Amino acid sequence: MRLEDKLFLNRYQSDKHSHLRITDRDACLKCDFKPCTYICPSKVYAWSEEENKILTAYEGCVECGSCRYACPPHVIDWRNPRGGFGIQYKFG
Amino acid sequence: MVQEKFDVIVVGAGPAGLGAAYIMANAGLKVIVFERGEHPGSKNVMGGVLYRQATEDVFPEFWKEAPLERPVVESNYWLTTDDAVTKYGYRSQEFAGEPYNSFTVFRSKFDRWMGRKVEQAGALVICETVVEDIIKEDGKVVGVKTGRPNGQVYADVVVIAEGVNSILTQEALGMQKGYLAWDYLAVAVKEVIALPKEKIEDRFGLEDGKGATIEIIGEATKGMVGTAFIYTNMESISIGVGALMSHLVNRKLNPNDLLENLKAHPAIKPLIAGGEIKEYLGHMIPEGGYKAMPKLYGNGVVIVGDAAQLVNGLHREGSNLALISGKTAGEVIIKAFEKGDFSINSLAEYQQRLADSFVVKDLQKYQHSSGYFEEHPELFYLYPHLASIANKEFFTIDNIPKKEKQRIIMRKVFEQRPKWELVKDLYKLWRVLG
Repeated sequence: MRLEDKLFLNRYQSDKHSHLRITDRDACLKCDFKPCTYICPSKVYAWSEEENKILTAYEGCVECGSCRYACPPHVIDWRNPRGGFGIQYKFG
Repeated sequence: MVQEKFDVIVVGAGPAGLGAAYIMANAGLKVIVFERGEHPGSKNVMGGVLYRQATEDVFPEFWKEAPLERPVVESNYWLTTDDAVTKYGYRSQEFAGEPYNSFTVFRSKFDRWMGRKVEQAGALVICETVVEDIIKEDGKVVGVKTGRPNGQVYADVVVIAEGVNSILTQEALGMQKGYLAWDYLAVAVKEVIALPKEKIEDRFGLEDGKGATIEIIGEATKGMVGTAFIYTNMESISIGVGALMSHLVNRKLNPNDLLENLKAHPAIKPLIAGGEIKEYLGHMIPEGGYKAMPKLYGNGVVIVGDAAQLVNGLHREGSNLALISGKTAGEVIIKAFEKGDFSINSLAEYQQRLADSFVVKDLQKYQHSSGYFEEHPELFYLYPHLASIANKEFFTIDNIPKKEKQRIIMRKVFEQRPKWELVKDLYKLWRVLG
């Protein structure tokens, strides 16, 4: 099963606002291997060649927090989604 | 929002926070628990094994009423190569009945139950509420700022049970310096795969309602430091894999790809065949152990559970350390109230008592192991291979005299790893694990 379809099985209370913010996009340009684009279990981050920046599909985030630590220049500002929003695990 | 003052604020409704809250509420303290999810457990993930002893220390005879999946009667270790597996395991009927050893559980259900117990004991459990900051006065923690309007809440002591992604501990309290390092964290993913009860029992050779676990290293983690696991629930299987963040980053691997690789292994595929994926989960695991532990107490504050990095990765223990740390913190705080002393000296007893218990003793024992494995990931690849080489020869019946067979095994093994290297490996393993 594709990852997109797996995420579709999860229950999310999606907020209108992203809880993930890249604070310094110049740092991404200098970042060689961009771990955010592959370390994330939900593949929230993708590098856009056209826009020359990281795109963030925060809606599928499972809130593990890995990106915050894996980002070499530490430019991902990771905040908990507002109370009651984000992933709501049925099993856990 | 409640503007009154509480005795204790607990940040986070997992086993550490709820364990602490339960002990303190039962002693008559005025306790409020903040949880960011819809209900306790809705943000919480683990592989799925809950240990009876530590859980019972907080919630006596919990197995009579808590939502559990299966008591574990059989535990296995598998060493995998791409097409073979060497198995080691233990099964005992003693684990099949009271007092039990461990159970598979779903945290979303089990933590919700713990939350209800905590409420019944008289504590307030406030969900859908993020604690965004810590309030300090004259260097003492006096409360928290929640995400709700006018969301300041005050208490004599704050228990930080925020979990592995310990942003308050790092930023607001400054008790965990900087970011947690890549080799202090593992990234793990899991799927819950539904299968009929009888099918699970047939495939794993289990009696009615009993459970089995499998921990897997080798090809299952592409030789990275980490483990995969398969746990039986009542009508589903939990299958997952985790590896050190440092190894995943350096090898440029995605955790979900790792999980798909695991599910395709010829020894694993038949166990989950025909199942229906119900949920996909991701979580970090604190693997830094003793070296990563922050100071566990401050002025008016204690840190418990994953936020305190209390995980014994080698033995896949975490929820039990969380419960015991929460219980110990709770008992020390009760004592602090009896004395009316919430100073740093009073709360220091929490760390002392934990240091005297298996919680910190075990982390101390293995403090050099994670660094050793981090630097020698070949062990996670090599030894499953050596086991496969030896076993393949041993189990292949091909008219070769046994004496010759033994020589073949030795030669093939030493081709992979010279004799003195093997001796060195064993010596070092004994040094870090013994």
